[in-house]
Amino acid sequence: MPDLEDLYREIILDHYRNPRNRGELDTPPAVRAEGFNPLCGDEVIIYVQVADGVIEDIKFGGQGCSISQASSSMMSAAVKGRTVEELQHFNQAFRSMMSIEPDPDDPAPTNGNSPDVKLGDLEALKGVVKFPVRIKCATLSWHTLTQAVEEAQADS
Amino acid sequence: MALDPGSIRDDFPIMCRQVHGRRLVYLDSAATSHKPRPVIDAVTDYYERFNSNVHRGSYQLAVEATEALEEARKKVADFIGASQDSEIIFAKNATEAINLVARTWGRTNLGPGDPVVITELEHHANIVPWHMLAAEQGIELRWIPIRSDGHLDLTDLDRLLDGARLLSVAAVSNVLGTINPIRQLADAAHEAGALMMVDASQYTPHLPTDVAEMGADFVAFTGHKMCGPTGIGVLWAKSELLEAMPPFLGGGEMILNVTKEGFSTAAVPWKFEAGTPPIAEAVGLGAAVDYLSGLGMEQVREHEVALTGYALRTLNQRYGDDITIHGPTEPAERGGVLSFEYKGIHPHDVAQVLDRSAVCVRAGHHCAKPLMRVLGCSATSRASMYVYNDESDVDALADALADADAFFIE
Repeated sequence: MPDLEDLYREIILDHYRNPRNRGELDTPPAVRAEGFNPLCGDEVIIYVQVADGVIEDIKFGGQGCSISQASSSMMSAAVKGRTVEELQHFNQAFRSMMSIEPDPDDPAPTNGNSPDVKLGDLEALKGVVKFPVRIKCATLSWHTLTQAVEEAQADS
Repeated sequence: MALDPGSIRDDFPIMCRQVHGRRLVYLDSAATSHKPRPVIDAVTDYYERFNSNVHRGSYQLAVEATEALEEARKKVADFIGASQDSEIIFAKNATEAINLVARTWGRTNLGPGDPVVITELEHHANIVPWHMLAAEQGIELRWIPIRSDGHLDLTDLDRLLDGARLLSVAAVSNVLGTINPIRQLADAAHEAGALMMVDASQYTPHLPTDVAEMGADFVAFTGHKMCGPTGIGVLWAKSELLEAMPPFLGGGEMILNVTKEGFSTAAVPWKFEAGTPPIAEAVGLGAAVDYLSGLGMEQVREHEVALTGYALRTLNQRYGDDITIHGPTEPAERGGVLSFEYKGIHPHDVAQVLDRSAVCVRAGHHCAKPLMRVLGCSATSRASMYVYNDESDVDALADALADADAFFIE
């Protein structure tokens, strides 16, 4: 079997124990979205505040395993202050790291003309791919953020 | 005579396999049980020797297949104390059996405001069909609460049953292990003028089942949790109810006559079994029932009580306040299903760490999200035991649990 150490990397456990950007934002101006993993009951709540195409602030809440919580924490740190376009590049790069095919409906450029994205801490989640049932734990927060940002842009 | 899990294990081919180079420690029988050799052989035998469609061919193979299907029905009827074989309806699983009741009896007999009473410890299979009827027909769904000790809180039972048309309750909780007082509930339901349905999915595999003793009108259970194949479940109902109920799915097998103008239905039980039934699966379930009868259901239950007691003692003594095991503390009041929380580590992570030691437990909400909310958690780890488990499996669980500390406890 793949090593558990590949899954539970120290940096992941650090984000799990000391989550960044955990909390709530006032809605409005922020938008709130909920994501559920129907198999295991994990839930992620994302608050995001978007202005002029920039993610000005992001917080997350909910309950879940170390992978889903760490993924939310790392994601929030990575995208805070970034543009929505950069978020789309991150999302694409993250999905690709998780071995998920690009979403044909996704407005982000395809890998061919996507700038190189440095995933930073998020790279630590690469080991999740070796544990296929846990991929959904890692991607839940990204799905939820995408949904929240879409709502925020629809509102503006 | 007490069960001997060691020799029982020899009956289950899967117990020979290793996982990650270790002996398989399977503690997820509440999700599905393993299959003994006689069940696997019965299914293979069906396909190798008399595979053919039932109730329609006049050739020898078809006669044998039909006899095998109906023999399986008889075995199941005897196993649960049904007074007639025709009271056994084969369905896909317990979920389909409960939906059958909701879609046929429910649709015909329930209207706006008619109360259906369930409990907070139900599996989604005994919740969602009623939510669907509430959305479609405006029935009212009422909930019997649970107490902190995992038992139903029956303080307000009379009020909840006032005007109720149906009380539908799990005989054993798939999360807490609680054995509910089915006879008492059935009597109360009948006194209030309601019918009684029992979800026996976690009961029939583990305890001697007698539908008459339960006092139920409908009983649903599934084959794969009681050593049988997947894809076969059972609805038992009283004949007079089945006679009056409209058919469920329409198609072949369930008709007496079809014209351009309409159709008439076949007799019970076939009225409720549209299309080619799961023949091999039914034959396998018949073999499962024979296997369990051979072990003796009283002995199966005795083994479960003893092993559950051992598991509760072992985990509590070893981990004390670091472990919370939900549900009744008395083995005689519960099944061998242990939902637990360990040191605040998320159940997904607990299950992942246990997997490294080939210990198979389930993590999640166990298809009981309303109950999770009552318990104040989003998920639990769940170890569940069956006839092939023994104290060494409990010890393996207890040992492997400590491994989680390495990752999650600073």
